Amino acid sequence: MTDPNTLSPLDLDTPDKTFLDSNELVINMGPQHPATHGVLRVILRLDGEKVLGLECVIGYLHRGVEKIAEHRTYTMFNPYVDRMDYVAAVSNGLGYCEAVEKLLSVEAPPRAQYIRVILTELNRIASHQLWLGTHALDIGAITPLFYTFRDREEILKIFEKYCGARLTTHAFRIGGLQYEAYDGFEKEVKNFLTFFAPKIDEYEELLTTNRIWLERTKGVGKISGKDCIALGVTGPVLRASGVQWDIRKAQPYANYKNFDFKIPTGEHGDTYDRYLVRMAEMRQSCRIIEQAVAGIPEGPIMAKVPKVMKPPVGEVYHSIEAPKGELGYFIVSDGSTQPYRIRVRPPSFVNLQALDVMCRGQLVSDVIAVIGTLDIVLGEVDR
Amino acid sequence: MHELIDYIQSYLKSNLTPGAAGNIFWATVYILLVFVGLSIAVIAMNWLERKILAHMQVRLGPMRVGPHGLLQPIADAIKLLLKEDIIPAEADKFVFWIAPFIVVLAAFTVFVVVPFGPTHAITDMNIGILFMLGVSSLSVLGIVTAGWASNSHYPLIGALRSSAQMVSYEVAMGLAVVSVIMMTSLQTGTGTLSMIGIVQAQQTSGEWFIFKFFPLGLIGFFIFAIAMVAETNRAPFDLPEAESELTAGFHTEYSGFRWSLFFLAEYSAMIAVSSIAVTLWLGGWLRPFPNLLHGSTWDLVFSLVPGLTFLFFAAICFFNVVRMPKHPLFKIQTMGLAGFGAVLGLIGLVMFVPGVRDRVGDIFWFAAKVAGFMYLYIWYRGTFPRYRFDQLMKMGWKVLLPMGLALLILTAVVAMRADLWDQLRGVGHP
Amino acid sequence: MVAKFKREYGSGIEALTHLGQNYMVVDRSLIPEILQILHNEEQFDYCVDITAVHYPKREKQFDVVWVLYSFPRNERIRVKTLIADGETLPSSVPIWTTANWLEREVFDMFGIKFDGHPDLKRILLPDGWKGHPLRKDYGILQQDNEWVQINLGIESGQ
Repeated sequence: MTDPNTLSPLDLDTPDKTFLDSNELVINMGPQHPATHGVLRVILRLDGEKVLGLECVIGYLHRGVEKIAEHRTYTMFNPYVDRMDYVAAVSNGLGYCEAVEKLLSVEAPPRAQYIRVILTELNRIASHQLWLGTHALDIGAITPLFYTFRDREEILKIFEKYCGARLTTHAFRIGGLQYEAYDGFEKEVKNFLTFFAPKIDEYEELLTTNRIWLERTKGVGKISGKDCIALGVTGPVLRASGVQWDIRKAQPYANYKNFDFKIPTGEHGDTYDRYLVRMAEMRQSCRIIEQAVAGIPEGPIMAKVPKVMKPPVGEVYHSIEAPKGELGYFIVSDGSTQPYRIRVRPPSFVNLQALDVMCRGQLVSDVIAVIGTLDIVLGEVDR
Repeated sequence: MHELIDYIQSYLKSNLTPGAAGNIFWATVYILLVFVGLSIAVIAMNWLERKILAHMQVRLGPMRVGPHGLLQPIADAIKLLLKEDIIPAEADKFVFWIAPFIVVLAAFTVFVVVPFGPTHAITDMNIGILFMLGVSSLSVLGIVTAGWASNSHYPLIGALRSSAQMVSYEVAMGLAVVSVIMMTSLQTGTGTLSMIGIVQAQQTSGEWFIFKFFPLGLIGFFIFAIAMVAETNRAPFDLPEAESELTAGFHTEYSGFRWSLFFLAEYSAMIAVSSIAVTLWLGGWLRPFPNLLHGSTWDLVFSLVPGLTFLFFAAICFFNVVRMPKHPLFKIQTMGLAGFGAVLGLIGLVMFVPGVRDRVGDIFWFAAKVAGFMYLYIWYRGTFPRYRFDQLMKMGWKVLLPMGLALLILTAVVAMRADLWDQLRGVGHP
Repeated sequence: MVAKFKREYGSGIEALTHLGQNYMVVDRSLIPEILQILHNEEQFDYCVDITAVHYPKREKQFDVVWVLYSFPRNERIRVKTLIADGETLPSSVPIWTTANWLEREVFDMFGIKFDGHPDLKRILLPDGWKGHPLRKDYGILQQDNEWVQINLGIESGQ
């Protein structure tokens, strides 16, 4: 495996040594390309089909979220975070709300915490489903996409019923929740769990032992646990490399310490292990939801939070385990109604940095597979 | 005038294909028939692929244009013809222009020797199978020129992949074909390369070559069946046009009518290689179970099947007419579907007429077998992920080629002592 | 740990806790050494984030913040230093590879240069862009009109 510390930046002017001294090919992949999951541009340097090096050009979706935050009040900024990782909007909202709550030194009431956990875990499943569908599509299996989207629909229906929105939900408020769970919420979530359990097996049936799938994913885009840590890669990618680390366990937030679940890990850190880890994570999320639904307490859903929020001067860093990895918010308050500075630590952005390490020496088709397996969302990379 | 009619009629009494009989009139008629039939088949295949794939993927597929989207391919064709035809500024204009024609030409010329029945072929060449393999491999030329002339990276890589892939799978394909040709030499001692001759050899030997020297025929068939998917660049070997990697591969820069030519060529190539497989292993136009269910009664029963099939499709149409929503908006659709069903039913009834029945039976069985292959193509596409290029080459050279060679040698050895082989299996040598 | 640092470096380090989160304010001159020690001896093997905050009214305009995490100790720490506009910092890419893009983003957004960075250029904004948007004196509707007109062929992006 290439050592990330010795990787030189991509130099397009001096050619590397190529096979048979042939000319190397520089290919510009994206920003409009079916497999780059949005507007990622990758400059590939190829020897035939072998990747000698690549460089990511990002920023096509840069909207200046951090700058906007400095001109909005704490409450007004809340919906904006949904637009970063738009396939896991609920997780983004959870991270932001908890960070501001920490700054205000309030805590959401238990009932709100439970509902938060249920929605966040549902969102994790939805995010992984979208990943699975698009990842399989990139590798050439077109059918799983439709299966996952069919089942993701059920989750989105629950979101829609709960807060009116399907994708950018804005489900949580600072201090708790705005909406009480609708009538039959628990029942619908339970129904979803019984509906969904056999569906995971269905996905696995299509892919897990499929010979072509195995050949395409085993040993592709390998990265060791040490490299992962050096590159700051988190989330399922880190866990697939054998590091058993999940912020939900390591530094529990919300009320994850009340739930019993496992952290699935892989051994080889290749694309196949990352696939297995995410599949197992969906199952674990189901377990968490099951426990949470069974244990929802009665009570208020909103803590006592002033109408006009003026957190005391200070700064706070709070991070959660988003479906893609560690999602952190660094908030600096100057005592006014608007945050002085909000820094978002996006998991996709940092994970994308590993693409170069994972792809060198592999083939063009593997670049596609690795982009898929990193599970990036360009809205979050570019913010 | 009288001579002309004589000239036309004289062929009908002969037992030859128009090409072999040297009858130019009937050859022209057959060429037109094959061309029109193939175009209809491609259009139907387009609709069927979208529908079947959609149903495999829990969605409906085209539903808007005509009842159940039946007119969708026609709407697509009109769209493609009306589309702006773009030639990139940096492209080599002449080569860019000629590439799709080479591909289409290669795909269509193959059908000159495809035998739809003992007399239903444009011509019968004594080197039929060689001609077929040779011409169908010409299409790689068109693909390479298309990729090169586009003067763009993705088409170039697609073209390179395509040429490497087609050339390497042709080797395995050829070996499998040679093993069949050996099997044809059993009765006559000389063997034949003629497509019609190969089917007749299966008829006289009493079993399709897929069951010959079990499992040798079967292995040869599987080698061919895998190689032919790679040869036509279809999933899971669709690397030259891997959508998620190379956007559209060699035809990325093509649009409108030129693109539709590639599309036409791809589907007719699929039909062409399927017809080779059917001719070589599945008994061509022969009806199923020729050795088990024989006698005039069974002949009659099997000759009724074509008409019954069409009646069955007509019944499906009428069933759906009844199920159509009773709403003024659906009136035209309902009527259209009923009309379509009526046409199918009429064709089915015509097929019961004894004269037609005898002439159409061969073509029907041939088409049905090819249709089975077409369904397999769609099924593969719905099920498998895509191979990577090195894995594809590994499979071609390290698995299929040695298997093909071993098969060739084994077949030769067994064919030399075919009498012993049959004794071993307890079958008397004919 | 903090006590040991204090003993060694004296007044250059100030260790604080806010809302249960530890951070230390380190003098600019001690930064390379402290980061190296944190990584090598104190096992802070994971650099979570590098970011900056702009205070235009101060003499030393920028806070640069490293958020570090230690897998073996399961502990987070923030290292903060104050630098003036135009002052540079040593790059931490040799210590944590992940700092590569994070430092590029800080450069892009604040114009803080990192010495020894392998490829310090803009990351989110296009290469020819003028100005560093997360500075407080950069207006929220401000843009590089010249760049927009040349590269996008439109009058204004707003």
